[in-house]
Amino acid sequence: MVKALVLTGFGINCEEETAAAYRLAGAEADIVHFNEVLISGFSIHNYDILHFPGGFSFGDDLSSGKVMANKIRYKKLATGKTLLDEIKHFINEGKYVMGICNGFQMLVRLGLLPNTNLSFEQQATLAHNDSAKYEDRWVYCKVNSMSDTPFLTGIDIIPVPVRHGEGKLVFGNDTMRQIVKTKALNCLSYCTEDGSPATAFPENPNGSELNCAALCDPTGQVFGLMPHPEAFLSLYNHPNWGQMKRKNPNISEEGAGLKIFQNIVNHITVQKEVSI
Amino acid sequence: MKNNNTIQRFFKEGIRDAKGESIRHKAKHQLGIQTGQVKTGQLFSINYELNDEQLRAFAEGCIKDKITDEAFVNTYFEPTQFACAVAVAQLPGVTDDEGTSAQMALADFFNLKLDVNTQHIFSQSIYFFENKLTEEQLQLVAKRLLGNPLINHFTYARPDAITGKIELEYYVPEVIMEIDNTVNYVTLEGLSDEELVQLSKVQVLALNLAEMQAIRDHYQNPEIQAKRKEIGLQMQPTDCELEVLAQTWSEHCKHKEFNAIIYYNDKSTGKEKTIKSLFKTFIKGTTDKVAESLKANNNEWLVKVFSDNAGVVKATTDKLFVWKVETHNSPSALDPYGGAITGILGNNRDPLGTGVGGAKLLFNTNVLCFGSPEYDKPLLTGQLHPRQIMEGVVAGIEAGGNKSGVPTVNGAIVFDERYSGKPLVYCGTGGILPYDFKGKASWEKPIDAGDHIIMAGGRVGKDGIHGATFSSIEIDEHSPMSAVQIGSPITQKKVYDFMVIACQKGLIKTSTDNGAGGLSSSVGELAQIPGGAIIHLDKVPLKYSGLKPWEIFVSESQERMSLVVETHNLAPLFELAELMEVELSNIGIFTDTGYLDIRYEEEKIALIQMDFLHEGVPQKIMYAEWENLNLTEPETAVISEDYNDTLLKLMGSLNICSREHIIRQYDHEVKGKTIVKPLMGPHGKAPQDAGVMRFAFDTYEGVAISNGILPRYGDIDAYEMSAGAFDEAIRQIVSVGGRLPNTQSNDGIFWSVNDNFCVPDSFYDEVGNPDGKQKLAKLVQICEALYDMATYFDIPLTSGKDSMKNDFKADGQKISVPPTILYSMTAKLDDVRKTITSEFKMEGDLIYQLGETYNELGASEFYQLQGVLGANVPKVRKEAAKALYLKVMQANEQGLIESSHDLSDGGLAVALAESAFGAGFGAEISLDALPTDLTNEALLFAESHSRFLVTIQAEQQEAFEAILGERAIFLGKVSSTPTVVIKRQDQVLVQLKNSELQHAWSNGLSF
Repeated sequence: MVKALVLTGFGINCEEETAAAYRLAGAEADIVHFNEVLISGFSIHNYDILHFPGGFSFGDDLSSGKVMANKIRYKKLATGKTLLDEIKHFINEGKYVMGICNGFQMLVRLGLLPNTNLSFEQQATLAHNDSAKYEDRWVYCKVNSMSDTPFLTGIDIIPVPVRHGEGKLVFGNDTMRQIVKTKALNCLSYCTEDGSPATAFPENPNGSELNCAALCDPTGQVFGLMPHPEAFLSLYNHPNWGQMKRKNPNISEEGAGLKIFQNIVNHITVQKEVSI
Repeated sequence: MKNNNTIQRFFKEGIRDAKGESIRHKAKHQLGIQTGQVKTGQLFSINYELNDEQLRAFAEGCIKDKITDEAFVNTYFEPTQFACAVAVAQLPGVTDDEGTSAQMALADFFNLKLDVNTQHIFSQSIYFFENKLTEEQLQLVAKRLLGNPLINHFTYARPDAITGKIELEYYVPEVIMEIDNTVNYVTLEGLSDEELVQLSKVQVLALNLAEMQAIRDHYQNPEIQAKRKEIGLQMQPTDCELEVLAQTWSEHCKHKEFNAIIYYNDKSTGKEKTIKSLFKTFIKGTTDKVAESLKANNNEWLVKVFSDNAGVVKATTDKLFVWKVETHNSPSALDPYGGAITGILGNNRDPLGTGVGGAKLLFNTNVLCFGSPEYDKPLLTGQLHPRQIMEGVVAGIEAGGNKSGVPTVNGAIVFDERYSGKPLVYCGTGGILPYDFKGKASWEKPIDAGDHIIMAGGRVGKDGIHGATFSSIEIDEHSPMSAVQIGSPITQKKVYDFMVIACQKGLIKTSTDNGAGGLSSSVGELAQIPGGAIIHLDKVPLKYSGLKPWEIFVSESQERMSLVVETHNLAPLFELAELMEVELSNIGIFTDTGYLDIRYEEEKIALIQMDFLHEGVPQKIMYAEWENLNLTEPETAVISEDYNDTLLKLMGSLNICSREHIIRQYDHEVKGKTIVKPLMGPHGKAPQDAGVMRFAFDTYEGVAISNGILPRYGDIDAYEMSAGAFDEAIRQIVSVGGRLPNTQSNDGIFWSVNDNFCVPDSFYDEVGNPDGKQKLAKLVQICEALYDMATYFDIPLTSGKDSMKNDFKADGQKISVPPTILYSMTAKLDDVRKTITSEFKMEGDLIYQLGETYNELGASEFYQLQGVLGANVPKVRKEAAKALYLKVMQANEQGLIESSHDLSDGGLAVALAESAFGAGFGAEISLDALPTDLTNEALLFAESHSRFLVTIQAEQQEAFEAILGERAIFLGKVSSTPTVVIKRQDQVLVQLKNSELQHAWSNGLSF
């Protein structure tokens, strides 16, 4: 069975729905406190997916996800290595890493995304929304057809909620924007209901460059996004479920966000079958 | 140790400064001040020994963002293109989470064990302004938009005359105090009545003469004197004892006015009555009667009422539902952000400390009452502008709720001029407890002598000690601020996560929260169970040294829980806490000696008899007097000249217009269990009647949450206001598909209600409060309506709160809130998939009004628009209401209703508009089937209770009308054209496009 490790603690708060998402997708999921890994020697290597959930680690102080990212980058485990060293090893083994919202912010600050040249240097950042406000609203995102990450297989447009104050993806310079585009690492972009690129607020809810809602790394194994697919596991999470159900009484009771989790779990399941 | 290292961070040139832009916008629109460009930055003052190289590495690695920031290490950014600047620091002792997080980052960065529990890194915000503001303008911008003088220190600067550079002198808010462990005795013996009252005043005890006398006499009791002699205490109370008694006997803790004897004189009828206790008669009296009625019908879901931090009911076969609503008004008047954040976090601790503890928090609600954001009267000394209060409170709820990972799913905002002095901030939290932890009942609070008292969470400072009463002489620039507190959501989140796991592991025997009164209140109350406790105050960890022993005991420092732990569980509990980075301290032990025994090192600080502490307070006596108000309707009927114009004005009026700007700042869907959010529909524009949550991912069982509040109706009739608010909360739950309780035997449909009173001072005083008796009479009427409604509907009150002194006094003036009652209701839903939202579902659906409209425009939004109060306030006809609700339930059982919106502020016309534009459909209706004897104004805008606007599919008409009969009044159809048309006979009263309606509705509140 596919095993997902969902890390929590220090203000992370989406661990339960994230674990529920993996379980609904057919995986086993364990919720484990960061310090179990950082201090008590709990190994991430018994898992197939390492997940960084949403929330407010350290209250977004110093910048969203930054204090937690620093812990991962600098704090020495009992082995003398850092958790970042372990994560690099994890990825080298062909395993998968996903981060949502605060988790995505950590992955970007850790240099795990977009990681264009696999140098693990920070190449982008998540800045305050252009509105200077935290906002909870539903948006549409379109999958970049050039992207090749198993997380997004078979998805074209997906409605999801965004819930953040610091979600504006900034690359800092044109070169980086160009590389990300060329390598199609901007795998998911904010769009209008019919899939055309977002041109302004609120379709692009935070002012992200390239309308970028998610990034993957060149291997496709590391995937992170600002919106919350784990908040759309059930049809009844959608703000318009009433009209949707009326229009189509046989509509599936699964939420569209679940597909991302099913994708990765199915992908790993197939991989495992092949390797057996 | 002084090191005075600093790191500054600013955005690089070309990086958008969204926060600066927002301040520029607010200064212009709210204060009329043109700031020009605003550049924001941060400064960290670091009191750890670090060399330059280390400091630089830390700045690069942990403080600055590589992409967007530049950092200055032990040098300052001193620009020349700005005309003035402000640095905003915390005052000493005020929570500085940003600084604390930087300390954690430093420890991780260098892999050091650092003392991160006391403040060594201090953060502050820096703002540069392009335009040359006057001193007055600069201070106004700083104090209105950037901080609050009660918690912040402001440093202002302008360019140097020669260099043109702005050099700010940075202030570091270290707490520096002399250590003072002395214990003083306070002599009460031989004091005259006047002297006793004076002493209470000077020492800020807030005890009245009878209470001071009771304490004086208690210390004369030979039995008490013998006991004191035996252990070496003097015969007079210590400062600590007096403070503990004052805390325990406070209005907040003992609800003295709700337990007072009230002599009620109705001058209109000449009848007099005596009420022995409002609480016993009307609150507990209600629930006792409802409980009997429930039991008779084999509905036994009431588990725990009034006796714990929150009410407890059975939710499912393996879960309990815990529900509590609190107020945090006074702190929010002083510092809106801090008041609201501590309000929401404090209220979260109630479910968390109910029964054994460790409930998982399911959702938050909030109901807020403010003055108009456009308030233009001169502000009194210490009065904050209502807009500043509103924005601060909203930001506090945002930070408190969002950072705790608890969704805010329902709320309301009421605007009224009388909330301009003191706002009302009601915070509600629902949680889920399993039935048992390791086989032990989760809702019980067992404590035995020998159990340990463990304090968990934040440290103790001077927070909340005698609040705002510090005299100016006592404060210097390094005195810790005590009047207001800023909550630390991250500290509490760690405690919350820890509590949930520790309770699941069975390591905690029971727990309670530390709120008002601090340890004095939490340990004092828990100690009633075994019959005593010994506390060692020297074991309590402090934020900074210098607190007197009694201050440690009564401090209201936030984010703390008191845990009861058995000896064999200490080791595993402390181990878990260390892993989860929660500080625990073993501060004492429970006993059965009958005494609360408080010590500091070897010294005895206090020895208080438990019985006297909890039962010794004399019952208060109060007087109520009622005279009819003799209000009348306007002599000539108020008419609307142009219904389109009137409806647009109503849509944009403060109490009706959209709260979307605020709602979206709250996370309403973290945890993934929110089914009906505050705004629904294809574009998230349809406001809903009640929130709906499912309990868990493996069940569709859930709970509906509503709030009823109608303060303006009380200007005409306090009884009807209370009854109306109760009905409003019920009908909102019925509207989303809820079922009334106790309609069938053993149906498991729990209802759990919190009643929350916020009233002006109702204690008569000839000079200070001449209309106190009239106000108290209104409070009694509110309670009578509550009793009548709750017992009629079999809806139990499970917990509640009374806030009795909501007056803002300054400069010889008083701004008092209107007597306000909030009913916060929750009810079980068997299947959340069957809930009904307010927006129309499909064109061609038939539109009905359910329930009767009456000639009731009194205190309506329509009259308010015309500047008229009137006399015909909406009355609740509870028999008709219940009959209708039962029919609605029947229709819902057959799935006949497609959309439902209750009629409230603004009446039928407003509900119709919201259901239409919220759906992206139009509506064409006729009022011809409504009573012909009523005016157009009454039919469109009256706020008569117990009514719904519903739609059904055309093919269900027969089935629907068969159930509802005459109670269903056919109005018209949902149309695909996005226009709302309302006709009467052949006259078109209203014809407006959705876009016009929505525009007016969306722009009523400017930001």
